[in-house]
Amino acid sequence: MIQIEYILIVSAVMMFAGVFGFLTRRSTLAILLSIELMLNATDLNFAAINRLMYSGGHEGYFFTLFSIAISAAESAVAIAIMINIYRQLKDTTADKLSKLKW
Amino acid sequence: MDYQYTLLILCLPIVSFLILGLAGKWLSHRVAGLIGTLSIGAVAVLSYYTAFAYFGARGADGAFATLVPYNFEWLPFYIGNLHFDMGIMLDPISVMMLIVISTVSLMVHIYSFGYMHGERGFQRYYAFLSLFTMSMLGLVVATNIFQMYMFWELVGVCSYLLIGFYFTENPAIAASKKAFIVTRFADLGFLVGILVFGYYTGSFSFDFTESFTYAAGALHGVAPDASKAVAAGGFILPTALFLMFIGGAGKSAMFPLHIWLPDAMEGPTPVSALIHAATMVVAGVFQVARMFPMWIQYAPETLHYVAWIGAFTAFYAAAVAMAQSDIKRVLAFSTISQIAFMMVALGVCMPGHEGAVIDNHGSLGYMASMYHLFTHAMFKATLFLCAGCIIHAVHSNEMSAMGGMRKYMPVTHITFLIATLAISGIPPFSGFFSKDEILAASFAYSPVMGWVMTAIAAMTAFYMFRLYYGIFWGTENKELHEELKAHGHFGEAPAVMTLPLVLLTLFTVFMGWTLPGTFGSYVSATGQPYEIHLDLQIAVTSVVIACVSIALATWIYVRSSQPVAERMKAAMPRLHEWAYRRFYLDEVYQFVTHRIIFALISTPIAWFDRHIVDGALNGLASGANYIGESIRPLQSGRLQQYAYVFLMGIVIVFFIMII
Repeated sequence: MIQIEYILIVSAVMMFAGVFGFLTRRSTLAILLSIELMLNATDLNFAAINRLMYSGGHEGYFFTLFSIAISAAESAVAIAIMINIYRQLKDTTADKLSKLKW
Repeated sequence: MDYQYTLLILCLPIVSFLILGLAGKWLSHRVAGLIGTLSIGAVAVLSYYTAFAYFGARGADGAFATLVPYNFEWLPFYIGNLHFDMGIMLDPISVMMLIVISTVSLMVHIYSFGYMHGERGFQRYYAFLSLFTMSMLGLVVATNIFQMYMFWELVGVCSYLLIGFYFTENPAIAASKKAFIVTRFADLGFLVGILVFGYYTGSFSFDFTESFTYAAGALHGVAPDASKAVAAGGFILPTALFLMFIGGAGKSAMFPLHIWLPDAMEGPTPVSALIHAATMVVAGVFQVARMFPMWIQYAPETLHYVAWIGAFTAFYAAAVAMAQSDIKRVLAFSTISQIAFMMVALGVCMPGHEGAVIDNHGSLGYMASMYHLFTHAMFKATLFLCAGCIIHAVHSNEMSAMGGMRKYMPVTHITFLIATLAISGIPPFSGFFSKDEILAASFAYSPVMGWVMTAIAAMTAFYMFRLYYGIFWGTENKELHEELKAHGHFGEAPAVMTLPLVLLTLFTVFMGWTLPGTFGSYVSATGQPYEIHLDLQIAVTSVVIACVSIALATWIYVRSSQPVAERMKAAMPRLHEWAYRRFYLDEVYQFVTHRIIFALISTPIAWFDRHIVDGALNGLASGANYIGESIRPLQSGRLQQYAYVFLMGIVIVFFIMII
């Protein structure tokens, strides 16, 4: 039996790796990957805490499945947007995409 | 009797104004002049017809009724019952003014064919004359003080436009602005007076019954608004009437608001004859006469001020006229002096002691004032038109360019002489009769006033004959005249210019003694006929004094060299210089407006506005701008920066929640 702390430590590491990647990587694709990492960290937390606190219930697992599906859809939309941006600007570096400022 | 057609008197000139003003560019001079002249001719015919019909029909009590053929509510005021009406009112003085205005205007229209021949802007000139005639007619037939005020401003605008007719010349521009600003300044008083009057008496109408009821009820404390009304009965009405008089003083060039009139002579001479001698400048006198029932009932003490302001103005203008060398300036000051005579005549009226407040005896001055207004309009228009003929011949306003003109311009000479005799008060010319009534009214008021006015009448005779001799006798400027003769255009003016002179002179010759009845039987304060009886004592005194003045002027000025005049000038150089410079009144105005008002009040206010008021608003704007600039970098457009700020915000909120 794996201790809940190990799982939470792994998910926290994943979460902050995602946050760090989101704030520092310049490629939008890498930023997208970081978002997936954060989502996966929360999914892990959902599953682990459901098992820990409501071992008879299944809500946490279902929510995890929802989250995976939504993140898959979100990735598809995001990548579609990125392709369009690339067609327009020939570049997908995040700090170059500042057209919406003042 | 049905006077519906009087509306045409106002409509015809406005139609010709619109035609000439809008389509004048495509009309030839002859056609444009004819349109203007014909419309005024029709107005004159209608005016004379109205006068014959009106003065032919006395009411049952022997008085002339006040008729109102038109009156409709134009604008309501929503204060009490006040409303601003437009209409036509016929009473003895307005019908008399119709005659004066249409006659002089028609003569000036005819005369201008010759005088303005070939001028640029001929059509514009006739358009403005039409507009002026309409406005002046509207002023005299007004049914209420507000309508009068509206047309009052319109004649002011026409005066401005016509003084500045030669708008490419600086003196004309300056003179037109001066006339407009001075009279506008005075009209401020008029407007405030009207509003105070209307507010406290509940009516603007010249049918004073409503005002009387209100103010009389007020005195006994039974008016609808007792506190308002008590004030009206006490000091408000005199104040309101005096404020209106300030407007009238501006228009009628009473001291110290007279300064615009001499400068107004920069306009074409026929305009001076029509506007600045015969019609517009007497509007102030007419206004006081219109409000006369209120004056005599509620402000008889205030009338004393009117009388003394008039007397001082008459004296001042006569003194200045003695030293001027520009013939139009002499005539301008003589106009100021004569209008002041009319004001004095109104000012010396006294309320009747028994029975009605207005009786023919106490209100002799009212009749005298209107009489003098009528006769003065005719002979002063003649004098100005004669001056126009002379200026047309010698191309100068200065007496030094004239002298000995009697040989070259016989018709002008005779008409000028008759008008001069009339203004000097020599019988049987019209001026004698009207001036005599004014003197009689002044003597009835107080012997001091009577002698002062007699002395001013003597001064009038003196300066008018000085002018007459200076133009037609005296030292001839032979050199200039020979030169003009060599060019071929020197001599009597064309018939189109001399005809109006002769026609107007007929009025001057016959007005005094050929009317069936006398002037007083048509125009008097009560409407009841007033039979004029010449007071022989006053009449003989004034004629003798006038003759002495004329003899004196003859002795001094008739010869070709004038040693006496030179010696007098040398003996009193200071006085002559002061009189010639109009006692430096224009300089005083210049000093007061520029050095005191502009420098001490306007400039600091302008500085305050530019630096403090503008500065405060500019400071607000630049402060907002600075804040905006400093927080602008937050909106960098860089996604990761936003995420970073968002994250830090969450961390801070997280720690706050924990604590």
